[in-house]
Amino acid sequence: MVKRMELDHGLQEMTQLLIDMGNRVEKALVESMEALKNGDVETSKRIVKSDSELNQIEEKISEIGAKLIATQQPVAKDLRRILIAFKISSDLERMGDLSVDVAKVVIRLDGQTLIKPLIDLPRMAELVAIMIQESLQSYVDENVDLAYKSAKDDDQVDALYSQIIRELFALMVENPKTVGQAMLLSFVGRYIERIADHATNIAESVVYLMTGKRPDLNQ
Amino acid sequence: MEHIGLTAKDLSVHYGDRPAVKKVSLDFAAKQVTALIGPSGCGKSTFLRSLNRMNDLIPNCKVTGEIWIRDKNINSPSTDVVSLRQKIGMVWQRPNPFHKSIYENIAFGPRYHGIKNKKALDEIVEQSLKKAALWEETKDRLNNSALALSGGQQQRLCIARSIAVKPDIILMDEPASALDPVSTSKIEELIADLKRDYCIVIVTHNMQQAARVSDKTAFFLTGEVMEYDLTQNIFTNPQRQETSDYITGRFG
Repeated sequence: MVKRMELDHGLQEMTQLLIDMGNRVEKALVESMEALKNGDVETSKRIVKSDSELNQIEEKISEIGAKLIATQQPVAKDLRRILIAFKISSDLERMGDLSVDVAKVVIRLDGQTLIKPLIDLPRMAELVAIMIQESLQSYVDENVDLAYKSAKDDDQVDALYSQIIRELFALMVENPKTVGQAMLLSFVGRYIERIADHATNIAESVVYLMTGKRPDLNQ
Repeated sequence: MEHIGLTAKDLSVHYGDRPAVKKVSLDFAAKQVTALIGPSGCGKSTFLRSLNRMNDLIPNCKVTGEIWIRDKNINSPSTDVVSLRQKIGMVWQRPNPFHKSIYENIAFGPRYHGIKNKKALDEIVEQSLKKAALWEETKDRLNNSALALSGGQQQRLCIARSIAVKPDIILMDEPASALDPVSTSKIEELIADLKRDYCIVIVTHNMQQAARVSDKTAFFLTGEVMEYDLTQNIFTNPQRQETSDYITGRFG
């Protein structure tokens, strides 16, 4: 098979940048959850600050993709690879923003004692971290089965989220003084649930890359 | 105006013992542009030339199978190839105007087919040049030699010449490959205009051109059609690896 040096090099560079973005997003999610557990405001501030790096990588991916379209006229799978790189980088950028939102909650709580021990939120975050890893691995390996598997994990995340909301609601009813913090913790659940939806979008992009079909895995 | 398409059925072409096109069956719809793509020597131009029996002129070339227009198989010995080529026009890679005036280039065909009235010929010349988007550039110099026109204008003149005899189908064999980008763009616009009235089949080596101008694309390889689909599908999600390798430039 004939190599297309410029195009292949550009596509590889985009893939590397996406993996880099994915690693950073996963790290931001894990660290923000850890910071929430420990009331670690300093780490949270660092997470907020480092978000701009993710935005820069997303812009870099856009630039490379635009250049490849303009100069290499990619078609078929090459074109789909570029289209999904735009989509995945946008999903990852949003996932980064949502991790920042979790960190901002930690900053707002400012070391308050938590109204309940955190069990399900960290479990959710762990599951979502695995979804991020798997969806990106399915992209790197072009593995449609793994993409479907990672999207399936979203059901567990949704179930946990519903459970968390129920518990927090019960706490608020029981003791109205908890409303402020309970609201913030329910936001955290919502942010993590949204991150999982974006990870599912990545899995959808991988299916599109490999088959040209656009499944809706977010159902 | 009735809109006519073309159907090839099990069309094979042999040069001596060597098969160049192998049992190709394709439907070309009226008011559509179909692009034939594929590497050099894949049989696409040979196939195109068979559609208006131009291969009859090549010694040792044998064309078998059927080519249907309306209810008539034109690949039969009884077909009058001169009137056939009136119905199926051909535009070649290099513009080939006659060594005559612009007017005479257009009037030649209709006159050959029996139109002698000067006023009728004037009308045909004007309408054909207008359809080929060449009227404004040539209306004041119709008696000048066609050879004084630029390459792009000459190619549009050749298109006007084929339109003048009122064809149903226009075949184009890399019609813009010898032209600069501006002339190429004009030819492509013209193709988009002409498809409102004609069935157009175009052979091109330019993938982007095929993607831009055609509604359907057939990918030829070693004399066979590997894939035939809507152009959008061929260029975004081809079903065959060979098609994908070719259009992504990874073939070979």
